[in-house]
Amino acid sequence: MFLIKCPWCGERDQSEFHAHGEAHIVRPENPDQLSEEEWGDYVFFRKNPKGLHYERWVHSHGCRRWFNAARNTITDHIYATYKPGEPKPEIDVNDPIHGNPENQR
Amino acid sequence: MSQSNRLSQGGRVNRDKVINFRYDNKSLQGYEGDTLASALLANGITLVARSFKYHRPRGIYTAGSEEPNALVQLESGARTEPNRRATEVEIYEGLSASSQNCWPSVNFDLGAINAKVSRLLPAGFYYKTFMWPASLWTTYEKFIRKAAGLGKSPNELDPDSYDKLHVHCDVLVVGAGPAGLQAALSAGRSGARVMLIDEKPLAGGALLGSTDVIDGEPAAQWVQKVVDALTAMPNVTVLPRTTVTGYYDYNFLIANERVSEHKGKPNGEPKERLRKIRAKQVVLATGSIERPLVFADNDRPGVMLASAIRTYVNRFGVLPGRNIALMTNNDSAYLAAIDIKSAGANVTVIDIRQNPQGELVEQAKAQGIKVETNRTISTVNFGANKIKGISTMALSDDGRDVSGGASSLECDLIGVAGGWTPTVHLYSQAKGKLEYRDDLHCFVPKFRSQNNHGFEAGSCQATWDLAGCLSEGAEAGAAAAKASGFENASAAELPAVSEAAQSEMRPLWILPTDHPIGIGPKKHFHELHNDATVADIALAAREGFLSVEHLKRYTTTGMGTDQGKTSNVNALAVMAEIRQKTIPEVGTTTFRPPFTPLTFGSIVGHERRELFLQKRKTAMHPCHDAAGAVYEDVGDWKRPFYFPKAGENMHQAVQRECLAARKSVGILDASTLGKIDIQGPDAKKLLNMVYTNAWSQLQPGRCRYGLMLNENGMVFDDGVTTCLAENHYHMTTTSGGAARVMGWLEEWLQTEWPSWQVYCTSVTEQWAVATITGPNSRALLSELCDAPLDEESFPFMSMKAFEVAGIPARVFRISFTGDLAFEINVPARYGVALWKALMAAGEKHDICPYGTEAMHVLRAEKGFIIVGQDSDATVTPMDLGMDWIVSKKKGDFLGRRSFTRSDTSRTDRKQLVGLLTEDPNFVLQEGAHVVAELKDKPPMEMLGHVTSSYMSPNVGRSIAMAMIKDGFNRKGETLNVALMDGSSQKVKVTDPVFLTEASKEASS
Repeated sequence: MFLIKCPWCGERDQSEFHAHGEAHIVRPENPDQLSEEEWGDYVFFRKNPKGLHYERWVHSHGCRRWFNAARNTITDHIYATYKPGEPKPEIDVNDPIHGNPENQR
Repeated sequence: MSQSNRLSQGGRVNRDKVINFRYDNKSLQGYEGDTLASALLANGITLVARSFKYHRPRGIYTAGSEEPNALVQLESGARTEPNRRATEVEIYEGLSASSQNCWPSVNFDLGAINAKVSRLLPAGFYYKTFMWPASLWTTYEKFIRKAAGLGKSPNELDPDSYDKLHVHCDVLVVGAGPAGLQAALSAGRSGARVMLIDEKPLAGGALLGSTDVIDGEPAAQWVQKVVDALTAMPNVTVLPRTTVTGYYDYNFLIANERVSEHKGKPNGEPKERLRKIRAKQVVLATGSIERPLVFADNDRPGVMLASAIRTYVNRFGVLPGRNIALMTNNDSAYLAAIDIKSAGANVTVIDIRQNPQGELVEQAKAQGIKVETNRTISTVNFGANKIKGISTMALSDDGRDVSGGASSLECDLIGVAGGWTPTVHLYSQAKGKLEYRDDLHCFVPKFRSQNNHGFEAGSCQATWDLAGCLSEGAEAGAAAAKASGFENASAAELPAVSEAAQSEMRPLWILPTDHPIGIGPKKHFHELHNDATVADIALAAREGFLSVEHLKRYTTTGMGTDQGKTSNVNALAVMAEIRQKTIPEVGTTTFRPPFTPLTFGSIVGHERRELFLQKRKTAMHPCHDAAGAVYEDVGDWKRPFYFPKAGENMHQAVQRECLAARKSVGILDASTLGKIDIQGPDAKKLLNMVYTNAWSQLQPGRCRYGLMLNENGMVFDDGVTTCLAENHYHMTTTSGGAARVMGWLEEWLQTEWPSWQVYCTSVTEQWAVATITGPNSRALLSELCDAPLDEESFPFMSMKAFEVAGIPARVFRISFTGDLAFEINVPARYGVALWKALMAAGEKHDICPYGTEAMHVLRAEKGFIIVGQDSDATVTPMDLGMDWIVSKKKGDFLGRRSFTRSDTSRTDRKQLVGLLTEDPNFVLQEGAHVVAELKDKPPMEMLGHVTSSYMSPNVGRSIAMAMIKDGFNRKGETLNVALMDGSSQKVKVTDPVFLTEASKEASS
């Protein structure tokens, strides 16, 4: 059960939140000019990486605000949470403590 | 037979307090401080269970939560609980327990025939037998259901209450043995908030069963001093009788406290209390569990862990045998041998080691304990449900064979000591990685998962000596306190202990007998709880179940309620032996919560009935109750389904309501519709993006119907939105979709358009809504207000605010029945007043309240869709025949681009049509499949399915809507609907609008 730091409320129990998949996908400005493949990519395709993942969360049973989190999908360590519109934080996946397990110890 | 095995002195029981209890209808006595197991052993009862599969007689095997055999049915009636471990249940006055999985009795069990035919019950028996032919499953099932399982669950409502708490602490210490006590003391002194949790009623862990001396005193006194010191600290909570059952991410743990059961009668306290703990640091001092040895017929009642015998002697003052054979591969059995001998029993140690040496061995010999070396038990003589003796034979150098003659020995109890297994369940649950240590012959913690901060101490990481446990505990407690912000923490001083050094064990995982394993009559059990033998593992390996996870499931090793606490390492080692691999190569399975079973009561806690799920009731609910409404669940809402009059069934009520609503005036409680107040200069921009049609021209006071799509172009909600003023809108949604739509708007506004000035507020519960519909609805409303209601002053799709029956209201001229209708919204607190006023004024018009079923029929008569019923997540507006609502001019909106995707723009997609059955009185089943050509049996070409189907009194026949492939082009065709009972019905494809002027005339 994660402990998640909502950028507005602080640390709260996971049960107050919902996850909504990959973050930093911008809605295309001119959808009509996109090829089938480009539009399909935007609507359907999401990354599912092993390791570092930037993803969207919403504090649904709290302030109802959206935010982004950088999470390691192997260890479930959340490196950082940040508000929408803020840039992706730089994460060192080779970090000996919080990086991917194969790089540890 | 009164406590014939009770020693005259010793033990942590209160001999002044006799406790009467019943077991299998026998009245027995024990002492306060006894567990059910110790009290049964004190009374000479060894046989307590029948095994899971073969129904072999089984006895008490351990003295703790790892017990695989002694599972009993505790109490009867509503309070009965199956599968309780007799080794954990504390006896109380009037306790009643019985053996389970046997009939007619544990001593004479007819199911034991399974043991005679065990050759027919190999590993994977169920999979093999019941795969084919499938039709026979129903025959087998009755017998399997009867034979399988353990105890019986209660049928009545649980009369006890259960509590649930969220708690936080700096340092959580799991296990109150020597390491845990030292950890809690070190952390507690630093000022950190400490919780010390142990599953037993007494602190001390392994010290409870030992004769150790600490600081020159019996260990129990040192334990009491530490517990007293901890209890005196306000920042420390000591919780006995509490099991940490789960260790999850981010140091979140679940602990279950048995609050009041041991007190006997219900006394107003909860039975159990579940704590959800968030700890900054967790010190695991969970100890270790002794391993069995796998020899021939090692499951007989009277075979016990050597450490368990020692615990019964030292903690409970019970000597469960008089002639005891202890079989061992290491030194720890000698500790038991010495204590048992002092208690007055004859002891022989059968040591499988070739030349055991060391302090403990010498001590034992000096006390007259007979030691046989390099021998193993080859036969257990068992008769009349008792052990009568054993035969031993010499082991070969590689330990794989026996040789020479068998020598026999009389005994009534066999103790086994196969080394120790660190209790790493919680560590592993929390995704900590384990490592197999060849030198220690066990798995030990290697590294923790990053989010689960803490330390391990003591024998849970294979530190076997007492001094080591005490010192590691102190260090871990101090380190945990420091890591949680208490910089001044320091390790507690180490008390003085002296103990004998222990020598090496001989790791023989399968002990041979006088016939090959799996061939002769004797069985080698590595897993007692689920009756799995070495022969089963060999069979699994032969059949290709090599992965340890497959092995586990195929042989059901470790899958019982004991989670294989005593069997796990032996199973892996046996697999390694059979496959000629090392144990690390075989691997280990993952431990999962719970450590010991949790009751449903504990998991549920307070969250029962209304406290589990609130019923949402509309403001007018009391009026519906008074009218005798039958309710339907819509989300959490209770909505009137229909309003039966005396003697009416549902069909009759709905037909009457439908006719009345069209004939004069009907009234519906529409309060559950989702309502969102939208304000801000960019509100119009938002509506244009989330709806398919254009909103720019909508004037204040005017309403518009809209469809919402996801980016895939599929319909997910609909509703009417009204412009209240410039930059101010009132949006309605489906009743079930209210929260979803609110979330959808917020998601886009916050993540994609954060600069837009729009504010959305859910006002669903702020408004009570009564809809009046039918030709006389205008006349009715005009009697309750002064506002002009004529077509010109109050046209269709407009809204006006005025008083209705003296109540400030927003009245919308919109319609879901296709007839003249008004939706009257008033502040929720006036809901009852409005409803009563309308009902009273409507009396002369024969006003008829109608429920959701009539609402569905009325809308279907006009071909109005219900999103989620007639559509699902694969339906576009075009599929619904609603091209008219998709703006071609306004530019971009959510989902628009997807209309030109090749799959979405196909013209032969499933499309919404009407169906008329050949027999006008036949109502199709919703969900029934529509096929082009009817054949004798499947497969048939599927064209689609029926989405809505009703008997319509206004059309005068049954009507249905369906999603059909290429439906628009099939209008006029006759298709077939296949029905559940194997019959079929011919249907004509039509427009999904049934009540037209023509049909009205025809039916009247």
